[in-house]
Amino acid sequence: MWAFIHKLGSPKWFYGISAKLQPWFWAAAALLIVTGSLWGLAFAPADYQQGNSFRIIYVHVPAAFLAQSIFIAMAVSGLVFMVWKIKVADMAAAVMAPLGAAMTFVALFSGAVWGVPTWGTWWMWDARLTSMLILLFLYLGVIALRGAFTSRDSASRAASVLAMVGVINIPIIKYSVDWWYTLHQPASFTLTSRPAMPTEMWLPLVIMVLGFYSFFIALTLMRTRSEILRREANKRWVQDLVNGQVEEAR
Amino acid sequence: MHSSSQSSETNQQVLAVPLREHKGGLMTAVKATLMRDLTLMLRRRGEVLNPLVFFALVITLFPIAISPDPELLAVIAPGLLWVAALLAALLSLDSLFRSDYDDGSLEQLLLAPQPLVALSLAKVAVHWLLTGLPLALMAPILGIILALPAGSYAVLALSLALGTASLSLIGAIGAALTVGLARGGVLLSLLVLPLYIPVLIFGAGAVQAAILGDGVSAHLAILGALLAASLMLAPWAIAASLRISING
Amino acid sequence: MSLCLQARQLACERDDRWLFQGLDLEVRSGEIVRIEGPNGSGKTSLLKILSGQLSDYQGELFWNGAAMNGAREHFLANLLYLGHAPGIKSGLSPLENLAWYQALSGEGGHEEQRLEALERVGLAGFEDVPAGQLSAGQQRRVALARLTLTPRALWVLDEPFTAIDRHGVADLEKQLVAHAQAGGCVLVTTHHELTASPLLRRISLG
Repeated sequence: MWAFIHKLGSPKWFYGISAKLQPWFWAAAALLIVTGSLWGLAFAPADYQQGNSFRIIYVHVPAAFLAQSIFIAMAVSGLVFMVWKIKVADMAAAVMAPLGAAMTFVALFSGAVWGVPTWGTWWMWDARLTSMLILLFLYLGVIALRGAFTSRDSASRAASVLAMVGVINIPIIKYSVDWWYTLHQPASFTLTSRPAMPTEMWLPLVIMVLGFYSFFIALTLMRTRSEILRREANKRWVQDLVNGQVEEAR
Repeated sequence: MHSSSQSSETNQQVLAVPLREHKGGLMTAVKATLMRDLTLMLRRRGEVLNPLVFFALVITLFPIAISPDPELLAVIAPGLLWVAALLAALLSLDSLFRSDYDDGSLEQLLLAPQPLVALSLAKVAVHWLLTGLPLALMAPILGIILALPAGSYAVLALSLALGTASLSLIGAIGAALTVGLARGGVLLSLLVLPLYIPVLIFGAGAVQAAILGDGVSAHLAILGALLAASLMLAPWAIAASLRISING
Repeated sequence: MSLCLQARQLACERDDRWLFQGLDLEVRSGEIVRIEGPNGSGKTSLLKILSGQLSDYQGELFWNGAAMNGAREHFLANLLYLGHAPGIKSGLSPLENLAWYQALSGEGGHEEQRLEALERVGLAGFEDVPAGQLSAGQQRRVALARLTLTPRALWVLDEPFTAIDRHGVADLEKQLVAHAQAGGCVLVTTHHELTASPLLRRISLG
């Protein structure tokens, strides 16, 4: 068990295994997102109240899911880094932060676009959008804190602590914002409870959500790999690797 | 220093140091830290008064910027008072560990044979006592000039007293994380403000509920619960953050 | 009574640069160990690791034969560390500063002890002056008063001679030797040349 964890933590080993995994996730992401979008945008029936504008949930909901999941993943990576001193975990956390912020922004933006036909305005202080906005600030805080340190070791630890503090607070924030705005639309879709939507509407949504997750995993693997190369640039195995590729190119 | 040979003889006696068992004395250390920080703050009265003056000043700005109409002010007063108090409390956070960091006593605090969690909690308690509590006591006076409806003054003070304690605890995490950075002040607010939102919601909510004549006990109970949770969790995060910052 | 601080295969990496690697070190009762090395060679980091402040290192530390993790409390109770900054609050008088340090280790202490310790470092008459009004050297002396005020077996001193006049340097040096002779041990970094003594050992970094 310990040997396995530390093997997983070795940047070299991770670099190798991620090279093998990465194409599968890219393929899954492409397949699922293309299927989901085509189905959701072209074939799913229009909503009887919102008409076609509801179709933006095929972007909004997966992005919102991912925005929250990435924060949790980031905090868990931070914990793994702090407890077991596994550097790969920190590298993953570092590349996840901007990705999560971007997803939060996509969710906010699509929510605003959705708001125009639904509420007649670009911005409503709707509970879910408000929580999402606060989440964006949390992401920006983690990114800014990491950038503020001159020593990377301290930056990694500080960002890990902040991510963990943030992840404890996210449910509290969500709960308080819901209290604050009790008139919000109930979440129309959850993976666990039986959805109120007809099957031909929510099935493409499930596919899109899975597609977004695959995309996130593939992108995280890819960016962690380049982070490994950047941070381990003076290690022997990276130099061998680069020299080997230069040889091949000749 | 004496340079006579006689003093090195006394050295021999004094310095034949037996290894000590750790004897506890946590209460002594915590009490001394409380007293030390209180003394330091009270000797620099300006630092205690600045957040209060800031609070009053910000509250003065709103009627000027919005409208002197008491009816309008009465509607927004709970929120304004809470936001202004929150910002005033935030203002003084940056100095919480800064001077200890600069003069090296933070290092010594970390090396004390006492749990850092307890010692940092003592520092946060002083911060609340000299920032949060005065702000809470002052808020009703500022409530008058914002035409805050009668019957909500006590709730305002109480909610602020409870809420600012959580704010000091949560804010201290941010202060501990940024204390090693040369310009941590603005970053500190970016880190801490999003985490303040639950406290703000229930604090301002309590005052609003009091104005509407609804029960305030639920709001106050949740503020109390938030304080209990911060008391349990924040000191650990503060201690961990201080250890990170000291390695800068 | 004897004490022993051991480090095995100590290595410290700061931002992809090895400060030192494979360092074996042992400090025993009755020794003064001077850590030497050019600027940036990791002297301060080594002292911080050995005093348990930096946890980011590879290798093992032992206190009296027990692994440091388990013995940390006992270790801290017997350690006196003086860093680059003297750790003296400018808003408090020397007496108040010392009182806090005494209380921090869990003992109430007496005013007479503190007065005596201050007199010993040549600060008689400055007891109640706010430390901010003292010179850098005097502030350093307040910190050094802790050596006699709160007796500890292990002294870890990072540049203790900074800002101290010649007379004070000689006194401090005598104090270090006396401490080692009495069975204590001293770990020190300094740019000041220490007088040769059979108790003195040097360790070079970088």
